[in-house]
Amino acid sequence: MPKMTPLNATHRASGARMVDFGGWDMPLHYGSQVDEHHAVRQDAGLFDVSHMRAVDIEGPGARAFLRQAIANDVDKLKTPGRALYSCMLDEAGGVIDDLIVYGFGPARYRVVVNAGTADKDLAWLERLREQGRHDVRITQRPELAMLAVQGPNARERAWQAFPQWRAQTQSLAPFHAAEVGDTLIARTGYTGEDGFEITLPAARAVEAWNALVAAGIKPCGLGARDTLRLEAGMNLYGQDMDEKVSPLDAGLAWTLDMKPGRDFIGRPALERQREPRAFAGLVLTRGGGVLRAHQKVETDRGEGEITSGGFSPSLGRSIAFARLPPGVVPGDLVRVHVRDRLLAARVVKLPFVRQGRVLINLEDEERQTT
Amino acid sequence: MKLPADLRYTASHEWVRREGDGTFSVGITDHAQEQLGDIVFVEPPKPGRRVKAGETVGVVESVKAASDIYAPLSGEIVQANGDLAGSPEKVNEDAFGAWMYRIKPDNAADADKLLDAAGYEKAASA
Repeated sequence: MPKMTPLNATHRASGARMVDFGGWDMPLHYGSQVDEHHAVRQDAGLFDVSHMRAVDIEGPGARAFLRQAIANDVDKLKTPGRALYSCMLDEAGGVIDDLIVYGFGPARYRVVVNAGTADKDLAWLERLREQGRHDVRITQRPELAMLAVQGPNARERAWQAFPQWRAQTQSLAPFHAAEVGDTLIARTGYTGEDGFEITLPAARAVEAWNALVAAGIKPCGLGARDTLRLEAGMNLYGQDMDEKVSPLDAGLAWTLDMKPGRDFIGRPALERQREPRAFAGLVLTRGGGVLRAHQKVETDRGEGEITSGGFSPSLGRSIAFARLPPGVVPGDLVRVHVRDRLLAARVVKLPFVRQGRVLINLEDEERQTT
Repeated sequence: MKLPADLRYTASHEWVRREGDGTFSVGITDHAQEQLGDIVFVEPPKPGRRVKAGETVGVVESVKAASDIYAPLSGEIVQANGDLAGSPEKVNEDAFGAWMYRIKPDNAADADKLLDAAGYEKAASA
């Protein structure tokens, strides 16, 4: 029996095509995934992300515990409500999960982890707590729902629906959150657009969803969520990295806080690692199909593999992330095995799109390859 | 299920329309496009190619997956719909209008053996 968010019946009543995602029955789209994608880039879209798991880490040992448990440094969370993206690694340096941690002072943090990995993450955190005798409480919050409003007009529309949110969230900087009563409103997301991620009691999820839709925010499914994050150059756990992959081979070096003397699980393994693989974007230069995960990439320096791929509605062509031999750099031309043929692709720097703007010069691509 | 009664169908979700000139147009059904989601790439077979019934002759890629298209009849491909290269979304908008290729069958009577609307509906919902 798949798990359901508090909005399951709402999705079904809206005509959503439902799909299993990490054991959850979630909306894939409500009609057209491409239309939903454009709504987020150009206006405002609404996502149910209640399958993600909120976990509170509290107590006098919380800061020390998280400094050991995750690879980015929670000491960067200097102002209350600040958010940080991080990997959680095992001793071998493999990625157990990627997560967002919100800091509300040295004794109170909120961690949000992926749906499919939540149980594994909790077991791991409990083990670390016991082994290190950390004085922390780890509390799952399944009674909370999460909604994301994303797009250039998302915040304005959210304030129309909930005027009482405006005063405390109007001046929020990106990657900061504010508590408004029992609702946590964070200026974060997974689309490359402005917006909020809203955590609130599950009992109020349907009412909030309906109010946001009534304010003109378009319901969007996991399909659009995937193409938006792909264009925005954001990794997906289980696809771009997992326990067998080092964050250094997944374009995540920027999330590792390697300042001298800081000890976190996985650090010794990372320090022993050979030259990392390149992790970059690919753009299919002359069409001919769609780039997808697991397709083989041939480069002048050896073989690589696509980790995530798909059709980019903003670019009107197929794009991908690929793990490639060291030394492959943006600008290189590679060949991808798509079904029974080899298609030309250009290596590009991530992201492809940010805040509604395409960052890849497609005309340039065409001139170089035709 | 939206299924024009004047068309023939295959269990692999193609529709087949008899044209006046002895050729047959082939596309994918509305049910198929709905299952695939937004279609972003169509590769029909090249004119002049000889194919056998059931043979893979092209591909449709959606945001979700790649899906083969098959020849419903043995014969020769006589035309491909080039319009779909620039606007594959036409398959979503009007599946029974967006023909992908035309085939001249070796034996036109073979088309009578394909599924009718009721037969396809049964096959597709099985």
